[in-house]
This record gives sequence, C-alpha cells and structure tokens, in this order.
Amino acid sequence: MPPKSRFAGKALHPAQSIKRLIKTLFRYYPKLMTLVIVCILFSALVSAIPALFVQSITADITAWTQTGDWDAAKAVIFPKIGVLIALYVLNLIALTVYQQLMAYITQGFLCRLRCEMFSGMQNLPISYFDTHKHGDIMSHYTNDIDTLRQLISQAIPSLIQAGSIVLFVFAIMIYFSVWLTLIVLVGVAFMFVLSGKIGGGSAKYFLRAQETVAKTEGYIQEVMNGQKVVKVFSREQPCQAEFDALNEQHFEAVYIANGRANALGPIIMNIGNILYVLIAMFGGMLMLSGLPNVGLAGLPFGVDILVPFLNMTKQFTGNVNQISQQINSVVMAIAGAERIFTLMDTEPETDEGYVTLVNVHVNEDGSLTETTELTKHWAWKHPHTADGSITYTSLKGDVRLTEVDFAYEKGKTVLHDVSVFAKPGQKVAFVGATGAGKTTITNLINRFYDIEDGKIRYDGININKIKKSDLRRSLGIVLQETNLFSGTVMENIRYGRLEATDAECEQAAKLAGADDFIRRLPDGYQTQLSNNGANLSQGQRQLIAIARAAVADPPVMILDEATSAIDTHTEAIVQKGMDALMKGRTVFVIAHRLSTVKNSDVIMVLDHGRIIERGSHQELIDQQGTYYQLYTGAFELE
Amino acid sequence: MIKTLSNCIREYRKPTIRTMAFIMLEAVIEAIIPFVTADLVNQVNAGAAMAEIGKTGLLLLGMALISLCCGGAAGFTSAKASAGFAKNLRHDIFEKIQTFSFRNIDQFSTASLVTRLTTDVNNVQMAYMMLIRIAIRAPLLMLFSIIMAFVMGGTLAFSFVIVVPILGLGLWLIHKYAMPAFRRVFKRYDRLNESIEENVRGMRVVKGFSREEYEKQRFHNAADSIRKDFTKAERIVACNGPLMTICMNFNMVFILTVGSRLIISSQGTRIDVGQISAMLTYGTQVLMQLMMLSMIFVMLTMSMESIHRIIEVLHATPTISNPKKPVTAVADGSIHFDGVRFRYAETSQRFALEQIDLEIRSGMTVGILGGTGSSKSTLVQLIPRLYDVSEGSVSVGGVDVRRYDLDTLRNAVAMVLQKNQLFSGTIKDNLRWGNPDATDDELIEACKLAQAHEFVMSFPNGYDTYIEQGGSNVSGGQKQRLCIARALLKKPKILILDDSTSAVDTKTDALIRAGFARYIPETTKIIIAQRVASVEHADLILVMDNGKIAASGTHAELLRHSPVYREIYEQQTLNG
Repeated sequence: MPPKSRFAGKALHPAQSIKRLIKTLFRYYPKLMTLVIVCILFSALVSAIPALFVQSITADITAWTQTGDWDAAKAVIFPKIGVLIALYVLNLIALTVYQQLMAYITQGFLCRLRCEMFSGMQNLPISYFDTHKHGDIMSHYTNDIDTLRQLISQAIPSLIQAGSIVLFVFAIMIYFSVWLTLIVLVGVAFMFVLSGKIGGGSAKYFLRAQETVAKTEGYIQEVMNGQKVVKVFSREQPCQAEFDALNEQHFEAVYIANGRANALGPIIMNIGNILYVLIAMFGGMLMLSGLPNVGLAGLPFGVDILVPFLNMTKQFTGNVNQISQQINSVVMAIAGAERIFTLMDTEPETDEGYVTLVNVHVNEDGSLTETTELTKHWAWKHPHTADGSITYTSLKGDVRLTEVDFAYEKGKTVLHDVSVFAKPGQKVAFVGATGAGKTTITNLINRFYDIEDGKIRYDGININKIKKSDLRRSLGIVLQETNLFSGTVMENIRYGRLEATDAECEQAAKLAGADDFIRRLPDGYQTQLSNNGANLSQGQRQLIAIARAAVADPPVMILDEATSAIDTHTEAIVQKGMDALMKGRTVFVIAHRLSTVKNSDVIMVLDHGRIIERGSHQELIDQQGTYYQLYTGAFELE
Repeated sequence: MIKTLSNCIREYRKPTIRTMAFIMLEAVIEAIIPFVTADLVNQVNAGAAMAEIGKTGLLLLGMALISLCCGGAAGFTSAKASAGFAKNLRHDIFEKIQTFSFRNIDQFSTASLVTRLTTDVNNVQMAYMMLIRIAIRAPLLMLFSIIMAFVMGGTLAFSFVIVVPILGLGLWLIHKYAMPAFRRVFKRYDRLNESIEENVRGMRVVKGFSREEYEKQRFHNAADSIRKDFTKAERIVACNGPLMTICMNFNMVFILTVGSRLIISSQGTRIDVGQISAMLTYGTQVLMQLMMLSMIFVMLTMSMESIHRIIEVLHATPTISNPKKPVTAVADGSIHFDGVRFRYAETSQRFALEQIDLEIRSGMTVGILGGTGSSKSTLVQLIPRLYDVSEGSVSVGGVDVRRYDLDTLRNAVAMVLQKNQLFSGTIKDNLRWGNPDATDDELIEACKLAQAHEFVMSFPNGYDTYIEQGGSNVSGGQKQRLCIARALLKKPKILILDDSTSAVDTKTDALIRAGFARYIPETTKIIIAQRVASVEHADLILVMDNGKIAASGTHAELLRHSPVYREIYEQQTLNG
C-alpha cells in the first residue's frame, strides 16, 4: 500500500495544543511576555482614547466656527491637541517596545523549541527512526516550526491587540450612544458568522491542500531522481500525463483554499462599510427625529457625536477584520504545534545502566585502581547495591549471547534462540539471506533494540546493567551505508574519539588506508565535506568511516560490509582497511565477501532468525549444508 | 523573461483580467465612499430633508454592496489565476525537463530541479497573486485618495507632502537593511536544517559513537547563532509598525491643528467638519496603500531569484532532439563505432572517450571491464543516443543513431542503468514501463529470464506487491533483477547491462547469462561488469582504460596478451 500521508486530518486536540503552546511561551519568557502583553494592552488603550479627543476637538471647532475667533479657540483647542500628542508618543513607545520584544521572543522561543526538539530527538530510540520517514521528521523542523513563527510573531500579538481594541472601542461607543452601538453589534455578529464560515472553511482546505502538495512533491522528487531511467524507457509522455493529473488536483486544492482566504478580507471590510453607512443614516435619522440619545456620556445627538462614532465604527470593523485574517494561521499553527509536541512527547530511550567504563591503573598484583588519567587501560566499574562494594573488571571484549529471542513487534519474533560466544580477539561472521536477521543481532549487542528473552553479557556483565553510552563506546561500528557529517575530513575522523589529537586521527587514517587519498584532496585533512561527503567516491567515504572507527579504538567492532559495487582497485584498499581494523579485536561482521568469511574464527549461517549452521569455514564446507551452497553461489550473499 | 513567464498564463488570462477589473472597480468605489459619506454627514448637519439623506445613504449602500461583491469575487478569481499560472508553470517546467538529454540533466542537479518545481513555483505564485491584487489596487487607491484629499481638503492635503516622503524613505531604509540580513539568515537556516537531516539519517552513527550530547551541544550553538542573526533581521522589520504609526499620528495632528484654524478663522466657509472627517480617512488610506506597495516590492524582489531559476530551466535547450526526417525502424542489433571521440562539455580539456573504433555484429555478447573512470558507461550510453558523440559516429543496424526517431532507437536499445531505480507502484506497474501492453504471461516470462519470478512469487502479493518509493522494500539484488526484467520486456534488439548484476550472486548471474544465450540469441548483449566471471564467456571482451579500449578479444586471448586483464583476473580469483 502507498504510505499514508502525515497530513491526514487536522489537529486532534486543538484546545490542549494551544494551551500548552502559550504555557511554553510563558515558561520561556515569563517576564518579557507579561511586559509584551502589558504594552499591547496599553497601546490598544491609548490608541482608542484619541477618538475621544478628536470628538471633543471637532465639537470645539463646531462651537467656535460661528465666532470666527481663532485666537480664543486656540487656547481651548491646542491643549487638547497637546494631550493627543502625548498619548501618541506613549502609544508609540509601547508599540516600539512590544514589537522589538516580540522579534526577540519569537526567535528565542523558536530557538529553544528547536533545541528541545533536537535534544529530545537525540534521546529517541533507533526504532523511532526506523519507523518514521526521514522527510516527515524533517518537516517538524521546517514546516511546523514555520507555522509557529507565523503564529507567535504575528497572529498572537495581532489577536491580543485587535481583541482589546475591539473591547475599548466598544466601551467608548456605548459611552457615546447605545442605539448606534446596537447596530454595530448586529453587524459584527454577522461578520463573525461569515468569517467562521469562510475562514474556517479555508483553513480546512489549506490542510487538505497540504496533502495534495505533499503528493505532488513526492512524485516530482521520484521522477527527477529517476529522470535518466525515464529517458531510457522513453516514458516521458506517461510521466507527464501522471504529473498533470496530480498537478490538476494540486491546483484545485490550492485555488479553493486561497480563494476563500482572499475573499474573506474584502467581504468583512465591506460589511464594515455597509455598517458605516447604516450608522450614518440612522444617526442622521435619530438626529432629525430628536429621539433622546442613550449613552453614558449623556450627550445629545449631534455631528460631534456622529463623526467620531463613524470613525470608531471603522476602527471597530477594521479590527474585527484583522482577527478574522488570523484564523488560517492559527488553525495551521495548532496542527503544526500538535505534531511538534507529539515528537517531543515520544518516549525517550531509557537507560537504567549503572556499570560504567573508567580508566584504571593496573597494579603490580594485577588489581585495578580507578584514575582520571588517560591510561589506555579501561575497566568496567560495577557498584553492587547489596553491600555497597565496587568491583572493577578489565575491559577485554568478551561478548556472549545466550538463547536470545527478539521481536520488533510483540508476538512477531524475528530471532529465535540465538547463542553466540565471541572470545576476545575472535572474529564472528554472520551469513544469510536478506531478512535472515544478521543486522538485527548486531543491533542487539549495542542495544539499539532490547532483547525479549535470553541474555547478552559483555565481559561477563549483563549489558542491561551497563550504561548505554559506555557500552556503545566500547563497541565500534562501521555501517554498510556510510554517513558522514558536514565539517572537515579531520572532524569526521575525530568523531570516533573527540579528544583524539590530529596525529592520532592521521594515524587512524593511515591504518584505514585513507591517508593517501585524503592528502591528495584540495585541502587535505581540512577539506570541507558537505551533503554526506558528496564530493567523495563511495569507496573514499567508506575509508573515512573506517578511520573514524579506528580512532575510537574499541575492543569490539561491528562491521557491516558494503555490498554495492566499487571498482576492484578501491575495493582492495577498503578490504585492507577493514582487515587492519579487525586485527586484535573481537569482531562481529555481516559478511558479503567470501574472503572475509573464510578468515573468520566462526561463521554463523542465519535463516529466518535462527542460526542453522555454525563452525569454521572448513567445518561448514565439509558439512555440505546451506553454507556450502552459499559458498558455491547458489544463494545471494546479502 | 517576462514573455516566457506570461506565456504560462494561457487559459488563466481571463481570471487575471477579471481580477484586475474587479479590483479596479472595488478600488474606485472604496475611494469615493468617504467622499459621499462626507456629503451625508453634511446633509445631516445642515438639517436636510429625510428624503435627501435617504437617497445619499442608498447610494452609499449600493456602492458598499458592489464593492463587497467585487472584492469577494476578486479573491476567488485571483486565487484561480495564480494557482492556474503556477500549474501551467509546473507543467511547462516538467515538460521541458522531459525533453532534456542526459547532458542537460547532468547540468542541473536533481535537488535543484525539485526546488525549481516546488519552492520556486510557489514563490512565483504568491508574488503573482499579490501582484494582480495589490499592484493595481494600491497605486489606484493612493492616487484617488490623494486627488480626493486635495479636492476636498485643499490645503489640509499638504500634510501628505510631508508624510509620504518620510514614510517612503523609512520603508526603503528598512528594506535596504532587512533584505540582505534575511538572505543571510535563510542561507544559514538551510544549513542548520541540513545538519538536522544528517543527524536523522546518521542516527545509528550518532548513537553508535554515543555522540548525543556532543550533537546537542553543536546544535545548540548553531541554533543560537541563528537566533541572534534572525532576531537582528526581525527587529529591523519590526520598525515598520512604529514608522507607520508616527506617520499616521502626524497626519492626524496636522489635520486637526491646521484644519481647526482654517475652519474657525474662515467661519466654516473654506472647509467644514465633514471634510475633516473625510481627510482623516484619506490620510489613513494613502499611508496604508504605500505600505502595501512596499510589501509587494519585497515580495517581488524575493521571488526574483526564483524567477531566474525557473527561467533557466525553461530557456535551456535540449542538446538532443529528433531529426527532421527520422528513420523509424531498426534493421538489426549490429553496432558500429567509427572514430568516436567524446567529451562531456565542449569546454573540457579531456576527452572521456578517444579513438573508439568498434564493430559488433548482431546477436553477439560483448563484455566490458575496466576501473572507475575508465568511461565504460560513457561508451554504452552513446548507443541509445543518451549523449551525442563529439567526433565520429555511432551506427545501429547500419544507420547513424542521429538519424533515428529517438523513441524508435531507445525502444530497440534497452539499457539497464548502473544507478537504477524502481518507482512507487506495484511490481506489475514497474515492469510495464518496458512495454505498457505486455500481458501477464509476458511479464512472468521476462521475470523468469531475469531470475526474478521466484522471489516475486515468494511475496504475499506476488506481482501486485507495492514497491515503495526508491524501491526500499526490495533488496539490491532483487531490484537489479526486476530492472533487467523491465528492460527485457521491450524485446530489444540490443540489451545493455551497465553493472546491473553487481548485487546478484554469481550463480544467479550465471543463470541470467545462460538464459540470454538460450532465449534471446538474436539480441546483441553488452554487459559491463566488475567481475571477470560475468564476462568470461562473451564473444568479445573489451578492457577499457582511461577512455580508450586498452585491449579486446576473447577471454583466452586476453589472458595471453593483456597484462591488465590478467591482473584483474588474478586479483579476483585470489579474493574469491
């Protein structure tokens, strides 16, 4: 079945998500956020008051018009204008403060959220990465974060401001005239209903559009990747037809979503205009009819009330419009926030291990003393809770799996009764078809996954008791698929042991056989790698990965040999590097090359999660069983 | 450039024009409304008859209704026009890419083509929508408002002379500093996301080396430095609001101060209170529209880069296209290279192929060996004309490949590429790439020949098994065999396998080759391989070195005469 899109449906718990989001915002910036809200409210308040002064000034003007005495009028009007200016300045200060703060808070919030997401992600078990598409994980950092940026930097302040202005203006309107306010209220109720219908609908369409967009982009990705295959098979036309069909769906979804979002603004605004006219007419009628005005101010109707009231109507509807414009981004952000929270809430990898790896001095009598110096001697420090004593066990690299069962999903056991004993320095090869369980076994040794039943012991200690980070430090891995990181070649090698000196890194590269080609790179060891080392050949990338493992110098290595084709010459070098790396260590190798297999101390032939044959090369050949068939080429060595 | 883009509007010209018409009408009405409103206020003020007031009021209501309809309709037509424009753009880009030759494809990286088809088109779509909605509305409204303000307010309108330049300058300064800051930040932001992706992909390495804490620290540092830069950029933009407010406030104070003086000293003869109210409305209008204009200015500059990238694809000329009077039948599977030289770019110094003269008879099996970079793949890619030779000629069935219809040629020459790919869909869907009309029996036959039938049948859904994107749910060897079956379904005259059995075990590999010899003897088979065993039995083996055929002959001949061949052979038998 085609994989299900992650955009299926909208937020499940919108109220909880938004509550948590705001809580988080206040947790990060309790003082600043309070200050911001105070500033926004203050700014809303002082930007609503001027309407009063304008009203009062217009009244003065009307009153003084008959006299024509400007000098006398000036004495009344100018102080009022002075107060107006003062209010403006105050508003400006509040506005500037909160907008600057918001810029700071938004980025700070996103930064901390990103870091929390990333830290949380680092603590997730490998199973999470095996069961989630990488593209989907990535989109939490890109798309979902972007929706939050929109929400925090624009929607939230705008909602608070517009909301409070609406309330202030409403209060002032009642102060002036209850009748006219009632008309405004009816109009605004109508606006809210409409914006819910149109705006809410458009949000739904936007979420749906995301789905078709994801589908179209997936198709684009796939075809662009395989464009050469398309050419070779002359499949240009069918591909174009398939693309056009998706493109059409994409268009429909985007068109309707955008159309609704676009139409909302003008509709709300013009209802505001209609309201404006209605107020003017009713106001006029009221004035003519001489009906008593009801208002807190107790002023009689007149132009000096009607004009500012009309202005306030504009302000009122304008802000309602602003609120309705934010609906989309709020809905999208809630869906985004929910996805982010889901990632952050995912159960992290647990580690109940208490046995740690420490540097020790080896005393003359053979006993071990813990030290903080780098002695090159390592030991497992094992505190015993029963009597409070501590024992030290030398790190040797003795790994034993006893009757291990394992299931990725409960009830679907993929490994049955697997026992493997590897003494220090021994080389154990796993052979078998795809899906036989070779990689799974190695995943258990470093505890990427935990076993169902049985025991795994490292130097005689149950690995469940060993702290995961220390266990993994004692195990080196070279994976089939090489992953390098952005940075210099030197940094990539040093990844194996962060405190390694340049000389040690170069030494490791020499051991791996990578030194040669690295020196020929434009900047040698300082050459920048990007995009998983795209500027290197596959063989070269493998060599760096081998050097990386070599610099860590662990007593136990897990190697997954690459199957992919590299030319014979490079392969020979990689082979030599691998061999050098294996020397003197306990090695678990998922073998694809007969030469590797042949040199192993013991070979495990796996089939459907069971070890069906074990023994040395010669023993297994003599048995004439599955291994013999594999060796003679009847099965694929994968 | 504009012409190339406007060509993509096509059937969406109508909604575009409608949008503009609606918007224009809306803008005109919006500009007049305050004017009529002032009239209304004055009528009321002057104690005019109710009939007169009602007339003006109805006029106003009608205008608001028309404006509402226009605005709403424009919302939809503009969305249709821009989404449609984007659809056509995507169609055109995709279509163009389909005409690309290998050389063109090499020129643009896959990732860059994907970005062009997605992000870049989206940017242009947004810009287009803004353009047709606001680019007409804003200047129009501004002009109207300014004229109206002068007509109505007279001297009062001079406040614009002061405010507009200040706002304009302020906005310009903000953009001047903000834009480069944002560009820088976005680049770093991209890099941050890249490093997240590396972590997601390489989580086994991170955990394997217990580098979680180290990665967290690194990420925190990177994220924090981006936060600093981002905050700086955002704070520049956050100056917009205060700037706008200053201008609006100044306008208000100016109008009130000067207006009150004018009214009172002239005893209401020069202007009146209604005009003041209209002036305040127009003032806000003018400044708002200026802000809008600056916004689309930003949008346009931001989308400029996207436009350039799109144009680059649309203007690229396919380096290979069908000849005028193409040959539409391929006689047989013979191949002839005559003095062929080839280089990937006309500017490159080095020829990837040199002095290639080669005669392959129809039905022969040819093996090609050689190290990385010896141009094995390049050589065979000339046969289905995936690249054109730089000098000399390549003929298939006795006819120069450049004279064939491309589909004819490529249907006769089936090629299994080294970097091969299956597409999401069932196994059947994938196989039918080779022949859309193939019957189920033909599919099975091809799979049997490619030694794929058995494992396909072992899947619960058999031939209807769904292949995930990139073929991630089949093993490397299985994928290769399915790709071979797909090519076989073409029933080609020439079959080229470019290192297509590297992940297949030796025995299956041998079975596949034996099948070829037995069931498709008349097809010319060219096999590039790393293993000598894969080509050992070929009628002709070519050993490539550095773009030249270093040696050729049968296995026995080469063992005797070619030291390079002997070395490869010995190395592999030793390893095996």
